[in-house]
Amino acid sequence: MKDIRLMKGNEAIAEGAIRAGCDGYFGYPITPQSEVMEYLFANKIKERTGMIVLQAESEIASIHMVYGGAACGKRVMTSSSSPGISLMQEGISFMAGTELPCLLLNVVRGGPGLGTIQPSQSDYFQTVKGGGHGDYKMIVLAPASVQEMYDFAKLGFELAFKHRIQVMVLSDGAIGQMMEKVELDEQVPRWTDAEIKAMSPWATTGKTPDRERNIITSLDLNPVKQEIININLQKKFKHIQETEVRFERIQCDDAEYLFVAYGSSARICQKAVLLGRERGIKVGLLRPITLFPYPSDELAKLAKQVKGMLSVEMSAGQMVEDVRLSVNGAVPVEHYGRLGGIMPAPDEVLNVLEQNFIKEKTYEPHTN
Amino acid sequence: MTEEIIIAGFGGQGVLSMGKILAYAGMMQNKEVSWFPSYGPEMRGGTANVTVIISDERISSPILNKFDTAIILNQQSMDKFENSVKKGGVLIYDPNGITRHPVRTDINIYTIDAADEAAKLGLAKVFNMLVLGGFLKLKPLIEPEYMRKGLEKSLPLRHHNSIPENEKAIERGKEIIKAQLVLS
Repeated sequence: MKDIRLMKGNEAIAEGAIRAGCDGYFGYPITPQSEVMEYLFANKIKERTGMIVLQAESEIASIHMVYGGAACGKRVMTSSSSPGISLMQEGISFMAGTELPCLLLNVVRGGPGLGTIQPSQSDYFQTVKGGGHGDYKMIVLAPASVQEMYDFAKLGFELAFKHRIQVMVLSDGAIGQMMEKVELDEQVPRWTDAEIKAMSPWATTGKTPDRERNIITSLDLNPVKQEIININLQKKFKHIQETEVRFERIQCDDAEYLFVAYGSSARICQKAVLLGRERGIKVGLLRPITLFPYPSDELAKLAKQVKGMLSVEMSAGQMVEDVRLSVNGAVPVEHYGRLGGIMPAPDEVLNVLEQNFIKEKTYEPHTN
Repeated sequence: MTEEIIIAGFGGQGVLSMGKILAYAGMMQNKEVSWFPSYGPEMRGGTANVTVIISDERISSPILNKFDTAIILNQQSMDKFENSVKKGGVLIYDPNGITRHPVRTDINIYTIDAADEAAKLGLAKVFNMLVLGGFLKLKPLIEPEYMRKGLEKSLPLRHHNSIPENEKAIERGKEIIKAQLVLS
C-alpha cells in the first residue's frame, strides 16, 4: 500500500532527506523553516537511520559543519531562511571552491534585512547569480508543491554527488508552511564507509598506503593553477546547463501568452491559466523547476509562438532578467510581483497579463 | 468538485486545527487537499486564518483571494473576508462578539451559536467542531466515517479519547446552524 501523508513542506523535505539516506543535518532555527529541524528531532531519527541532527550555535557554524561532513563524503544538509542563508554565503563559496556536494534549503522570507517572516522570492539573484564570492554556480531546484519538497531532497543529493556540486532547494514560506498530500517512497540506506570510499575517492576518509593523501582546499596561490581550477569549474557548469534542465509546461501547446513562474508563484499562475482560459485567453505557464540550469532554450522556442510573456515572481523583478536573456528581444517580456511578504492572487496576475498584452497596449521595447 | 474555504478567527479558537481535521478527512476520502495557514505572530493571540481546498482535481493555487465558503469567528475576520466570498457563496459566522454583521445580499449567510453551545455543554474545546458540523451540514463534502478518520489522523494519540465528544459536537453543529439569508 502506498504511504500517503498530509505534511507541511518543511516536514516533507525533512522526511525526504531521512529517506534519501542523509547522514547529517546541521542547522539553526529561523521562521518560516524551523519545522525542518523540529521534525527531525521529533522523529527519533537516530533510532531510524542513525542520522545525526545537530542544532549548531549559528548559521555560520551550521554551514561549516556541512562543509566538514561533505568533505568526508557524507550526505549532509542544512536549511535556513533568507537572513540565515546570507550568513552562510562564505561557507557556500568555500564548498563551491572545493567542489563539495551538499543539500541546502532556503525557505525564503521577505527582505532585505530581517524583513518579514512571510513568503517571498527575492533571493533569486543571491541563489542563482552567486551570493558568495567567486565564479560559481549551484544547482537550484524550485519546488512548487509539498510533494516536490519531499522529492527534491532525494533528487538534490543525487545531483549533488553526480556533479560534486552544492544543490540549493529554493522554496518559500508558503510552500514550507502549507500542507498537502505527499506520497512517500522506500528508505534508501545510508552509505557504508566502504561505499563512500568507492563512491567518493576524493573524500577525506583516512589515508591508506595505496593512495596519495586527499587534500580538500579552495586555496591555490599559483594563478596558473587557479585559472585551470576555474576553467574546469566552468566546464562542469556548462555540462550541467546542457544536461540537467528541468521545467514543466502547463497548457503551452496552443498558448498565445505565457506566464513564467516558479515555486508558489507558479501555483498562483496555474490558477490564473484556468481563469484566463475561462475568459477565452489562450494563456499557458512555463514553470522552471531548475533555476540553474535555466530553461533558456525552452523559453526561446516559446518566444517564437507567443505574443508576450509575463514573469511573475514575489520580488521586484529578478528572474525576469533571465527570461529576457532567454528570448533576446523576440517578444515583449514584463514582470509582475508583490513585495515584502504579500502574495499576489490568481485573478490579479491574470489582470496584469491582460493589461500588458491584450488591452490595446503598444509594445515598447525593453531598454536597459 | 472544488471547494475553496477560508476559516478565520482568533488564535486559540481552533481555526487551524479545524482546517487540519477537514483536510485530513478529505485526504482520507481520497480527495486532493491543501491547507495554507497564516503563520507567525498571529498564532500568539492575534488573528489566525487558514485556506483549505478540497477537490476532485489537482489543486492549482493554494493561495486565493475569493472563496466558496468563509467561516468567520471574530470581527476582524468579518471586516477582512466578508468581501472575499464569491458571489452566490456561503458565509458562516458565530454572532458572539460580532458588532458589525454582514451586509452583503448576493451571498448565502448562516449563523451558528457555537460559543454559546460550547459553554452550555461545558466543553469549550469542541467549539471548532460545532462550527465544522455547521459547515458540513451545508456542504456535505465528507462522509462521517472519513471525518472520524480525519480526527484520528490529526489528533495526537493521547487525545484520541476525546474523539467521541468531537464527533458528537460535529453532529450538534449540524442541528444548530441557522439560515439568515438564503439566495433562491
